[in-house]
Amino acid sequence: MSFAVKIENLSKQYRLGLIGTGTLSHDLNRWWHLVRGKEDPYLKIGEVNDRTLKSKNDYIWALRDINLVVESGEVLGIIGKNGAGKSTLLKILSRVTAPTTGNIIYKGRIGSLLEVGTGFHPELTGRENVYLNGAVLGMKKREIDSKFDAIVDFSGCERYIDTPVKRYSSGMTVRLGFAVAAFLEPEILVVDEVLAVGDAEFQNKAVGKIKDVSRVDGRTILFVSHNMNMINLLCQRVILLENGLVSNMGEPQEMINQYISIVTKGQEISESERNSIAGDEYCKLISVRLVEKNKSDISYIDIEKEIGVEFIFDVSQPVNGVANINLYTGDGTHILFSSEKERESFYQPGRYCAVTWIPSGFLNTGLYSISVYFTSLIPYKIHFEKREILSFEVFEDIRNRNINYVGPIPGIIRPVLEWEVIKLN
Amino acid sequence: MEKISTLTPRKEILDLRLKEIIEYRDLLFLFIKRDITVTYKQTILGPLWFFIQPLLTTLMFLLIFWKIAGISTNGVPPVLFYMGGITLWNYFSESLRLTSDTFTKHASLFGKVYFPRLITPISIVVSNLVKFLIQFMLFLGVFFYYFFTDAAINPNITLLLIPFYLFVIAILALGFGLLISALTTKYRDLTFLIQFGIQLWMYATPVIYPISGIPVKFRPFIEANPLSSLVEAFKYGFTGAGTFNSGGLLYSFLFSIILFLTGLVIFNRTERNFIDTV
Repeated sequence: MSFAVKIENLSKQYRLGLIGTGTLSHDLNRWWHLVRGKEDPYLKIGEVNDRTLKSKNDYIWALRDINLVVESGEVLGIIGKNGAGKSTLLKILSRVTAPTTGNIIYKGRIGSLLEVGTGFHPELTGRENVYLNGAVLGMKKREIDSKFDAIVDFSGCERYIDTPVKRYSSGMTVRLGFAVAAFLEPEILVVDEVLAVGDAEFQNKAVGKIKDVSRVDGRTILFVSHNMNMINLLCQRVILLENGLVSNMGEPQEMINQYISIVTKGQEISESERNSIAGDEYCKLISVRLVEKNKSDISYIDIEKEIGVEFIFDVSQPVNGVANINLYTGDGTHILFSSEKERESFYQPGRYCAVTWIPSGFLNTGLYSISVYFTSLIPYKIHFEKREILSFEVFEDIRNRNINYVGPIPGIIRPVLEWEVIKLN
Repeated sequence: MEKISTLTPRKEILDLRLKEIIEYRDLLFLFIKRDITVTYKQTILGPLWFFIQPLLTTLMFLLIFWKIAGISTNGVPPVLFYMGGITLWNYFSESLRLTSDTFTKHASLFGKVYFPRLITPISIVVSNLVKFLIQFMLFLGVFFYYFFTDAAINPNITLLLIPFYLFVIAILALGFGLLISALTTKYRDLTFLIQFGIQLWMYATPVIYPISGIPVKFRPFIEANPLSSLVEAFKYGFTGAGTFNSGGLLYSFLFSIILFLTGLVIFNRTERNFIDTV
């Protein structure tokens, strides 16, 4: 089989810190080195992008020496923690940004499904937007003409096609956007998390379409998702990115297991994140981990284990607030919200450790993720939020079941409910 | 066999990939159409604003520069004089204002999908041309009114050069806009400077005064402005008053072409990585 995409020594460097300050002096210095025929002084080799460590350098490598061959017709999954470089890789592939070093050779057209409805204009009608969006994604007007009816049909928006898009519900906008993108026919399709939106029926439709694209049409797909079920379902091969490096590649299930062991591990929040999303002038998130009853790190999570979510944060100014978490399924369905209490409490400056316990026998088997927050209620303000900072998988030892059924039990949660069955006659 | 392409970090300075623009021409047309339809959607007066704006500006100039300041218009009826200047000036200033923030304004779109970025500023300049043509009709109406009532109006053969003037203005606005938009991705201050700069620029252009009204020792400064001879020649074509300076026009033309090419090169370089800095 021949290759569809060949990535050679690909690296991408970003500059950290405030935008604009100091760029002029760096530009001048860089220019001065170039004039003397020397190498760019800011392209020092070797630093790995690990966000938990404070970088000594202002420049970090979002991707480092990626080498990868994607066969044509293959569906390749790309997984990794937030910040591992997945999106950067897709951005380079879809030509939104250029690599710093290395190159990518590809055959045919690359189409990207980075976010549906890209370039939709709210004042224009559905029809006008289908044309505009199609053209933005690289289709010719003639192509759109011939596919127009199929696109509208797939989206299920026939009745509103001549209504301005600003009157659409968000679900309709997404459906129309996806429909346009689904009928894009590039040889290589780059897909980023687009399937996380829309209702279940539409998601099924979308997954079906992606399957068709690869199996029936034989096109190559690069697929990024946090949804491990989707990865398992769609991909033939998976690469696992960690800190901008390819840490492993292989069978989907095996890679998913590795991924889960990485994301279940406790995490320190990096200095730069504490000063942005994971903190403000009142409090900063320090670390998050999952613990057992005895407060040691949890590794293997059995369905009968209690799971403790522990997070440590610093309060630097007195503040009223509550610590709280959100719990999601692996495909992003919000299961529950839980906070310390319903009223805010008063926090003196100092270091705090919050733990909340997810009871045993509550979650079903499968993947879950957790977001942690600290919020003031009056006036409402989120002091820090760290979305989906940890993921974990709940396993079950089937021998412990006290029923004679060994197949999977459906459902998101699985609490044991009281039952009462009486004979009526 | 499918086309094999490569994505690489560096690229040739002069590789402008103009072929790609042709490939994406449908997108260009759709952008132009969008710009025009969207401008006045949900406004009560709709496209009438195309007329109201130059009319009100003319009225204001009439009051301030003619009645109060008493600046000469070379014997041309002031309404005709001001409106001619405004119509042409508006095309330039609007094109420049809208192209100069191409990257910052469209960052979210550019961050998601690739198409030749140049499509966006080109579509702005072209859709503004449509707006210009509508305002030009208004100006023609005013012109014919004076033509039949005022014997001093002497339209002449240089009117045939109007497409040339427009071309030079379009290239100038585009070139300058490309340059500014590329630089604003790094140095955001320019955004403020340009809004202010456009206002000042109008006063350095013979919109509200004729070049002959400028003291001789200051004239070289006004003539260094590539727009001056264009605006002056435009008015001269309709009224026969003012100056037609062929050397000045050649200067404007060359200036615009060089600026445009420079802008194009810098814009193309910025296009590749700007999303990392915006």
